[in-house]
Order: sequence, then C-alpha cells, then structure tokens
Amino acid sequence: MLSRLVLVSANAAKNSSPLGAGLVQLSRLHTSPNSQAPVPPLPEKGGKTRHGIFPEELFQLLYPKTGVTGPYMLGAGLLTYFLSKEIYIINHETISAACMATVIIYSVKRFGPDVAAFADKLNEEKLQKAEEVKALAVASLAQAIEDEKKEQWGVEGQHLLFDAKRNNVAMLLETNWRERVHTVHNEVKKRLDYQIALQSLHRRMEQEHMVSWVEKNVVSSITPQQEKTSIAKCITDLKSLAKIQQAKATV
Amino acid sequence: VPVAEKRLVDVKLGELGSWLGTRDFTPNGILASIRKGHDRYYNKYINVRKGGIGGVAMLLAGYVALSYVWEFEHLKHDRWRKYH
Repeated sequence: MLSRLVLVSANAAKNSSPLGAGLVQLSRLHTSPNSQAPVPPLPEKGGKTRHGIFPEELFQLLYPKTGVTGPYMLGAGLLTYFLSKEIYIINHETISAACMATVIIYSVKRFGPDVAAFADKLNEEKLQKAEEVKALAVASLAQAIEDEKKEQWGVEGQHLLFDAKRNNVAMLLETNWRERVHTVHNEVKKRLDYQIALQSLHRRMEQEHMVSWVEKNVVSSITPQQEKTSIAKCITDLKSLAKIQQAKATV
Repeated sequence: VPVAEKRLVDVKLGELGSWLGTRDFTPNGILASIRKGHDRYYNKYINVRKGGIGGVAMLLAGYVALSYVWEFEHLKHDRWRKYH
C-alpha cells in the first residue's frame, strides 16, 4: 500500500507542478458549503530536508543537546551498530544499491535544476492560460458595462426624439385644419356668389322685360293718324330750323 | 491541558500509557488517523509551488527501509558471521 502511495505521490510531485497543481486544486476545494472565504495560496517551498531524505526537524530537535554534529554522530553510530551486529547485511545487493545510489545522486545533482525549471515553466503556462481566460472575461464584461451605459445615455435622448415627432404630428394636423378651413371658405363664397348672380340676373331680366314692354306698348299705341301728324310736325319743325340756320349763316 | 488533547511530541513518558488509552483504535479511527497523517505529509512536502526532491525521496527511502525490514528473515542466511 505504501508503494502505491509512493507511486501516486511520485507522479504528483515529480513535476512538482502540472499534475501536482491539478491534484493540488482537488484537495483544496471548498468541501463544506459554509466557508466561502478565499482559499489561501499555496506555500512557496515545502518542508526543508537535508541531503534529500532527512527532515530538517530532526537536526533542529537535536541541536540544543548535541550541537551541529549531533545527528551526523547519531547516523554514524547507528550505521556502525547495524553493520557490526549484521542487522544490515552486506551482500550482492549492497553493491547494486551503492551503484544505483551513485547514479541517482549524480543525475539529481546534474539534471535537478533543469527539470525543476521545466516543470515551473509548464505551471506558468497553465497559470497564464487561466489568467488569459479571466482577463478575457473581465474585458468582455467591462465592454458590456460600457455598452449598457451607452444605452442608458441613449435612452435619455429619446425624449428629444419624441418632441420632434410630436411637433411633426402637430404640424400635420394644423396643415389639415387650414386646408379644410380654406375649402369651407371657398365653398361658402361660391354659394354666396351664386345667390348674388341670381339676384342680379333677376333684376336685369325684369328691367329688360319692362323696357321692352313699355317700348312695345308705346309703339303699338302710335296710331297711323298720330304717326302722320307727328311726321308732318317734324317736317315743319325741320323746315323752320333750317330757315333759322340759313338766317344765322347769312348773318 | 488534558492528556487526551496533547500531541505525541508533548506527551511525557509517564503519561504515555494514559495517552494511548485515550486514542481511538476503532477501524474508523485508524482510517482517520491514516488520512490525517497522509494529509499532513502531503500538505507539507508535496502540495507546494516549488516542491523539492525531499517529498518523494523520503517516501522512497522509507519504502526501501520497510522492504528491507520485511525481507530480513530471508536475508538472515546471508550473514557473514554466525555469532555477533
């Protein structure tokens, strides 16, 4: 079971970041619905270890009593005890362990920083992608806010639009009203003109009729005797007038 | 501070017996203690931004040591001397 644990955590920690980061986030989710406080950030560095496998706490534990060389003396003493009592047995596996230890230590010392830098770069890329998404979302939301503000400003100007429209409608109504008043005026004038024309026609006809009637009566009342005497009188008048004229002319 | 709530490093030798008596040895309790130990180790050495080799190396070294302990009965026959 421990070996499986080691494998899992080895996979998780070898990169110390990409998978580790993914697994990390899983273990730091808000599991209870009560706490909505922001999750504290990850610690920068892990617990300190000396020579890779001995936790620093051991050295700190022994420092007050034995000073700096205490744990090393403890290690040397334990090693001597195990070897002398053959609790640790030297056999072929010891040689292979020594060779493997050499190779492992050399490779860690040589390639350790490069692998760590590579893993950190992977992690940085992940973080950057997430940041980009966040920045994009923030930018789009800010844009949405701007658009909304513009809309609100636009709505304020709508009352101007309505005033203009109202003016248009009022003008149309006024024009229509004036046209109709004009029509009424014309129609009334036409009717009144008709009445005037009718009356004047009446008067003219009466006049002409009366005149012609009087003429006809007068002409018909002139008898032939009267006509002869009037003609004779006219002739004598004309002769006398001619005489007077002649007299005037000679004078 | 009552004995039951002290951590193991703070328990004095004389109180060890009573402290062990207060521990929870039911299967659930054992599972809980295993989980707590795992979480402590994980959060201290692996769940960090820049983990070092110590986190994995300590587990591997522990695995090596534990497997040696389990194999000791077989290895006893490879001893160089019979009496120590």
